Amino acid sequence: MLLNLIDRPELASRRTFLKATCAGGFSLAFRIPAFATNEPEQLADEPQGKFAPNAFIRIDKTGVTTLVMPQVEMGQGIYTAIAMILAEELDAEYDKVVLEHAPANEKLYANPAFGMQATGGSTSVRAFWNPMRKAGATARAMLVQSAAERWKVDAASCSAANGRITHSGSGRTVSYGALAEAAARQSVPKDVTLKDPSQFVLIGKPLKRFDTPGKVNGAVVYGIDAMLPGMKFATVASCPVLGGKMSRLNEAAAMAVPGVFRVVGLDDMVAVVGDHMWSAKQGLEALQITWAEGSHAQLSTEDLWQDIRRASEKDGIVAKSAGDIGKGLSSGERIEAAFEMPFLAHATMEPLNCTVLFKPESCEIWVGTQIMARVQKTVAELLGMPPEKVVVHNHLIGGGFGRRLEPDMVLSAVRVAQHLAGIPVKVVWTREEDIQQDLFRPIYRDVIAATLADGKIAAWKYKVCGASVLARWFPVAFQKGIDSDAVDGAVDMPYDIPNFQVEYLRVEPRAVPTGFWRGVGPNNNVFAVESFVDELAKRTGKDPIAFRRAMLGKQPRLRAALDLVAEKSGWGAALPARVGRGVCAQTAFGSFIATVVEAEVDEHGEVLLRRVTTAVDTGIAVNPDTIVAQLEGGLVFGLTAALYGEITLKNGRLQQLNFNSYRMLRIDQMPKIDVHLIKSGEAPGGIGETGTTASAPALRNALFAATGVALRRMPVDREVLLGRKKA
Amino acid sequence: MLNAISLKINGEVHTVTVPDDMPLLWVLRDVLGLTGTKFGCGIAQCGACTVHLDGRAVRSCVLPVGGIGERAITTIEGIGKTAVGARVQKAWLGIEVVQCGYCQPGQIMSAASLLTGTPKPDDSDINAAMAGNICRCGTYVRIREAIKRAAASPES
Repeated sequence: MLLNLIDRPELASRRTFLKATCAGGFSLAFRIPAFATNEPEQLADEPQGKFAPNAFIRIDKTGVTTLVMPQVEMGQGIYTAIAMILAEELDAEYDKVVLEHAPANEKLYANPAFGMQATGGSTSVRAFWNPMRKAGATARAMLVQSAAERWKVDAASCSAANGRITHSGSGRTVSYGALAEAAARQSVPKDVTLKDPSQFVLIGKPLKRFDTPGKVNGAVVYGIDAMLPGMKFATVASCPVLGGKMSRLNEAAAMAVPGVFRVVGLDDMVAVVGDHMWSAKQGLEALQITWAEGSHAQLSTEDLWQDIRRASEKDGIVAKSAGDIGKGLSSGERIEAAFEMPFLAHATMEPLNCTVLFKPESCEIWVGTQIMARVQKTVAELLGMPPEKVVVHNHLIGGGFGRRLEPDMVLSAVRVAQHLAGIPVKVVWTREEDIQQDLFRPIYRDVIAATLADGKIAAWKYKVCGASVLARWFPVAFQKGIDSDAVDGAVDMPYDIPNFQVEYLRVEPRAVPTGFWRGVGPNNNVFAVESFVDELAKRTGKDPIAFRRAMLGKQPRLRAALDLVAEKSGWGAALPARVGRGVCAQTAFGSFIATVVEAEVDEHGEVLLRRVTTAVDTGIAVNPDTIVAQLEGGLVFGLTAALYGEITLKNGRLQQLNFNSYRMLRIDQMPKIDVHLIKSGEAPGGIGETGTTASAPALRNALFAATGVALRRMPVDREVLLGRKKA
Repeated sequence: MLNAISLKINGEVHTVTVPDDMPLLWVLRDVLGLTGTKFGCGIAQCGACTVHLDGRAVRSCVLPVGGIGERAITTIEGIGKTAVGARVQKAWLGIEVVQCGYCQPGQIMSAASLLTGTPKPDDSDINAAMAGNICRCGTYVRIREAIKRAAASPES
């Protein structure tokens, strides 16, 4: 098992392809279209006599099988999952496959969910499940055919396993390596038979990951670890007031710092370049910078809340409607609530960084990015170079969470490097600047009105108000004023409600740039839906799980998850005073998940997490251990945000810039976490973000049960929990 | 002021000419190319930069290199050569703790330091030793389990 991280971007330009891929027409973000856009392609001129039936598999004469990874590894385990799917259908000798990063090449390696090379939205396994199976099965069929021709026997009498073909009649066997040259001459079959899941030998097993051995001994090279001969190190600062510009620099004191090589002033930021990060940092501290603070120097988060609260009084654009919402809301008692979510930073453990070697005629980039081809394209546009002159070396990523779906850090580093032509420079953001220059999870205000009849929800009108990240990031998916991501978990809410309407109202916050954040739209929607459903359950006097269950007649998979989590969490068993259990049920990202959080509120309003239980039906579990790990981690990510996560502004300045003020959950606060997988033969669902969307509402509902206080905003406010402040 | 400073790192002596007040982290990473030790916060809040001085965990991002003197520095690149470090790494892989992995060198260094001083830690020992290490991927439950496994595995 080998992870070959020597990337080979030159391969992309050497290849010619028989037909173009990447059809457009994506109207919905984060949905998997019914068609796969990157069907396996024939390589016309694969060098060195390798068998390369498509862009994902190469087998050389010695039998070395290289699998090319179209999706980036940022901890979610996707390298292993994709390798397992490819190797399963290829019947490769799994323990010996070699993995390589795909180069920037949108034609070959686009994510079918987006039509672009992007890793996000919990789409990787969902989108690549069929294309990867087909890629593997195609290669296997060609190897089988080659063996049959060699032995002059019927292909049907030959079988593949563990990197070898065996003839059933004679017992003869031949390795894939020995067949590579002959297989390369085969024409690519159009239709191939995929395995029946009962034949799977890899998929469904908790196999060890490819990427982890190098991560426990310091061997793995992240983007921030790139080292080049003669390189310089830079660190940057932007105006402390969001949107402000650089006005004047006095370089003298900075240049006097030992090791400082150059000061680079750009319109929106400054960089100090030195012999190492320390000199650059010291130089930046010494540098006298005059900022033009611009128009936001008085702005506070409270102003932005006032903006969105006022805006949210208007009607939104209808994203989905069923039944008669007017009639439904006018009969019976109308219950209404508004839920608010704060700005959040990503705070990936690996701070923003990018290494660049700029030359007048070319640009080489070392970075960890979720959007390789987009990085290449935007840098080419910035520099006025053809894209093939921009070479992107991608790396394993020290946390993405959506932050590395943006190319801004690369563009900033390239602009610094333009002042250092011919000298490689590694630009590293301090943690403070990493947060200062984030694109934040937007604030949202969600307004829901409902009526109840016969112990069920009779009408439900849900208006999502907030910034549209999609309109900026993926404009084609922003149609008719509706951000399909922002309402994803609202239109797809699982409960059967006869009169139903979802609206979207775009409200862009002044000054604050917004971006995708783990859990994306559903993270906000699931919180509002599941919080309000809990309040409605209480109104009917019903148990929160029983109340939900009665409305899940059309959702047998979620209902089964809810039943399992009720059993495993000890739902209904007596609890001490000020301890509560809360539930969340969700269908986000194509997985069916029910979660119970058990939490206590002490006399100071401190929340103690006691236990989290999750039941998940994510379809076929490619690597069950990775799925459990993603849920464990996703739950922690969501609990961290629920307990502590909020970025605020005062006088246009961020008030949280490092882990001392942007607090993280730590090991001593961890609850026990149990994840229960439900066996399923359905196609795989998404998993990377599901824990995050699950844990905040489940915690909120646990606190509701523990204290009777219905929190309407995140993060948890202890004063509100103690009844000293209104929700 | 630049000084020639000798540092004993993973059993080898390196001489660097850097300011006395330069944190060890940047000497390791930018001067010596030992990039396994990670930068996370720069203010000793996250633990990603954890290394050992004479076997005890310290945050290298706030440790001026001029004050280290003769003490032996061990980094993630060298910890596997110690019996405790090897056990920790093995347990980490056995339990498949790691996700993005960026914080894990620091976690492993903190865990190895804990097990050196407290071979059979209980939960509160683990909390005390590990609460300074943030993991944004949320691998904490597995970190705890791996520490217990490493503690239970035979000395070799």
